[in-house]
Formats: sequence, C-alpha cells, structure tokens
Amino acid sequence: MDGIVYLYVFVLAAFTGYEVISRVPVILHTPLMSGSNFIHGVVLIGAMVVMGHADPDSPLELAIGFFAVLLGAANAAGGYVVTERMLAMFKSGKKKEGE
Amino acid sequence: MMTAKWLIDLAYVGVAVVFILGLKAMSSPATARKGIVWAGWAMIVATLVTLFWPGMHNFALMIVAMVIGGSAAWWSGKQVKMTDMPQMVAIYNGMGGGAAAAIALLEFTRGEVHGGMVALLAVLGALIGSVAFSGSCVAYAKLQGIMKKAYRFPAQNQLNIGLAAVVAILGLAIATADAPGMGAIALFFVLALALGVIVTSPIGGADMPVVISLLNAFTGLAVGFEGYVLGNPALVVAGIVVGASGTLLTQLMAKAMNRPIANVLFTPITGEAQGGEAIEGSMREMGSLDAAATMRYASRVIIIPGYGMAVAGAQHKVWEMTQLLEEAGVEVVFAIHPVAGRMPGHMNVLLAEAGVPYDKIFDLEEINADFAQADVALVIGANDVVNPSARTDKSSPIFGMPILNADMAQNVIVVKRGKGTGYSGIENALFYKENCRMLYGSAQAAIGEVITHVKSMED
Repeated sequence: MDGIVYLYVFVLAAFTGYEVISRVPVILHTPLMSGSNFIHGVVLIGAMVVMGHADPDSPLELAIGFFAVLLGAANAAGGYVVTERMLAMFKSGKKKEGE
Repeated sequence: MMTAKWLIDLAYVGVAVVFILGLKAMSSPATARKGIVWAGWAMIVATLVTLFWPGMHNFALMIVAMVIGGSAAWWSGKQVKMTDMPQMVAIYNGMGGGAAAAIALLEFTRGEVHGGMVALLAVLGALIGSVAFSGSCVAYAKLQGIMKKAYRFPAQNQLNIGLAAVVAILGLAIATADAPGMGAIALFFVLALALGVIVTSPIGGADMPVVISLLNAFTGLAVGFEGYVLGNPALVVAGIVVGASGTLLTQLMAKAMNRPIANVLFTPITGEAQGGEAIEGSMREMGSLDAAATMRYASRVIIIPGYGMAVAGAQHKVWEMTQLLEEAGVEVVFAIHPVAGRMPGHMNVLLAEAGVPYDKIFDLEEINADFAQADVALVIGANDVVNPSARTDKSSPIFGMPILNADMAQNVIVVKRGKGTGYSGIENALFYKENCRMLYGSAQAAIGEVITHVKSMED
C-alpha cells in the first residue's frame, strides 16, 4: 500500500474524529465513549481476514486467529448493546416511568 | 477475484462514512439512538462482505468464534445493570485492543511483516493494543470490586518507564529484524501486557473515567495501525477517528479534574500516602424526618448525585422525591460534576433512565454560582467532587480540582452509607462543616424514608 496516501488518511481521519466530538454535550459523553468503543469493534473484520489466511494445518495460527475473531466479535456486539441501551433511555427519557 | 475485492473495498468506504455519520448523530440527544443503529447496520454489512474476501478459508472455526464472542458479549451487555455500565465499556474496549494485538501476533507468526513502515506500525499497534487489553482488564476488576485497592509497586514511576523502555527497544528490534524469532515476539507480548497491568494498578477510582477513556483512544489507535498493516482502509479510518475523538474526550475529562493526563498516570491519588491537613471537628448526624422537613420547606434545593446513588440504584427514588418537592413548591435542580460516578456523563445517563428532564440538569460551570442562593444542597453518594479541601488545602492530593461548591449552601445534607472516606481515600472537610448534616444509610433506603416523611407533611 502507498505509504503517503495512508498518511493523508491518518491525518484526515484524526481531524474528523476531533471535529465530530468537539460539539458533544456533557450528558452524552458516556454514551459517546461507548459508541466509539463500538466503532473500533470493526477490528473484527481485520481479525476475520487474518484468520481467513491462517494456515489450516497450524494449530497455533488457528488458535491466535480464533482468539482475535472472538475478541473482535465481543467488542462489536457488546459495544453495540451497551450503547444502544444507554441511548434508548435518552430517547424516551421524559416519558418513561420509574420502576 | 479482482471484482470481488473491488466491491468489498467500495462497501468499506460506505461503512466508514456511516460510522462517522453515526458518531455525529450521537452528538445530539434527539438523533443519538439513530446514530448507533446506523453504525450497527454498517458493522453487519462490513462483517458480511468480509466473508467474500478473496482467498479466505477456516470459515467454520471463524464463524464459531464470532458466534461465541458475539453472543456472550451480547448477552452480558443485555444483563448488566445500568450502574455497572462503566466496567462493561472497559472490558469490551479491552477485547478490541486484544483483537488488534492478536492480529499483529498472527501476522508476525506467519512471517508476513518484516522491515519498514509496515513492521513498525504492526509493532506499535501490538504494543498499544496489548496495553489497552490488560489495562482494561485491571480497570474492569477495580470497578467490579474484584480488585479492591490501588496497588503501588515500589519505585513505581521508574518501573513504568524502565519496562516501557525495554518493550520499546524489543519492539524496535522485532520491527527491524528480517526474521524475528518466536521467543522474542512472545517476550514482547508478555512484557507489553505486563506494562498495561503495572501502569493501571496504582490508579485510584477517582481517576478511572480518564483511564477508561484513554484506553478507549488507545484501542482506536491500535486498530488504525493494524488496519494499515492489513491494507484495510475501513480499519484505518474507524480506528483513527476513535483514537482522535477519544484523545479529545480524555483531555476534556482531565481538564475537568484539573489533573494533566501525565499526573493521572504517574502520580496517582492515594489518600493514605499523601495525607493532606488533619480536619478539626466532628460529623453531625441528622434523621430522615429532619432532612425531609428541611427540604420540604426550602425554596431552592440542589441535588448532587454521585457514585453512591448509582450503587444503590436510587435514581428512581430521587426523581420521585424531586417531583414531590416540586409539587410542594420547592425548586429542585441537579448539579453534575464532570467526573461524578465512574465515567463522564454517568450520572446523566442514570437520571435520564429515571425520567429526569435534561433542563433540570446543570454542569459545574452553569450552577456553581447558584449554591450561595440555595437553601439546601443534597449530596447523594458523592464525595471527592464536593470536598472543599480542593479549594483551600494546598497539601490535599486533590488541591486545584474544580469542585461543586455545596458547602456554600445554607444547609448541606449528605446521604452516605457510613463514616468512611470516598473512593480516593481522602477525608472530606465538607462533612465536618457547621452547616452540614449526615443522613446515614444507603441512598435507596434513606431517600425512601424522606419520601414517606415528605408525603406525611402534605396539607
């Protein structure tokens, strides 16, 4: 891959991240941290690719790949559920009755 | 084959765009939920198209791993109580870091990366990912109560720096070697994991929000770097966006505590070790009936919730009490310290869950001047964030941290389980003040009693 192009991608993505979060009210900080936690769960697809190219006859490679996919999937699924639960409360915040 | 790869890349571009739009939508309460749902669909699309990546095998095992990891996390995320959310965010974040580190490990094991920028970023991602993984496990253990005390190693800072230097040198050697040996690689990962444990172990509860946020940013960076190694722009964009936004969020939090990030990491708050001035006087107790009367006949009450409210799950009771007081003509508002609870915004989430409208909730800067006009400041399970020593006592470990000026109110009522110190272990000068009364009991029970008494006072 072309290094300098990636350098541009790094820099632009960094600015984007900074810009997107700079106007977030304090009340959404926790859900937002959780939401960004979900988004880096995309590491799952990287884990899938490396596991997909692991040598099927090497238990070590398969084990590491398995571990990577397992953790990546947990990051994505867990991050989603937790964020969604928090934000669902904000949506119906005013109407919801106490338990 | 080329067309398949081209279509996958195109899908990834769309996924990256939706992720960014999703994050953007999450920045406003009205659109926040839509944001996470969009991002969720993008993640599903990303996962599905990746199955068609050219030249892949091991599908059966891969799907087993996805099902186990995904469903276990999904289930635990659904089960967990709202109050335990911070440690769940920590642990899922750690898993992401672990996945990034494992990707690097597999690439090295297969001898896919050696030399140049690729190897350097692979090593860097592996290091950051490993630290995020083990550090998040420690953060989880602390918040979950498995690991009770902050543990300081002898010569902590030298140990941190020394180990970091060894890991860095070893990493550099691996990155520049033509064919790094498996022994060196294994040692590198073990030491990187140990570094995460050693750096986070001494950090006290008060600093936990900053640490979780920092580790979240770390994982983002690690994912971005491994994305470069794999030539996967979707990983690069998502990872770096999270790395940058996470860094900004960490800075905002550290600023709110007036503790530079370096201080959080290298000079942890430990009350026993650093002390602060001894406090004169004694704590005075108050019954729930007196507390109810004081608030019922006040004109302005400011409620300061803290972790104690979260632990007791008392937010619904607190809102019920608020409504009763409002019916009696009392003006009630909430004051939230930026680091109240274990994560920024933690209290806002809990209050929103109970149904408290946003317009009753105020930040530190918005409300601090109002305490002088308030009849009652009701502190529910908060401690360090209302400690006036932060303003007055130069020797206090939290000196300089902005606090909510609860002590300026006419009366201060503190709902607290017992006489002990807060999570940071520092004595609170507020509790010994002339205008302060302690209402002992769990927030749930204590507020419940207050509600009963307020009801009995209705005309």
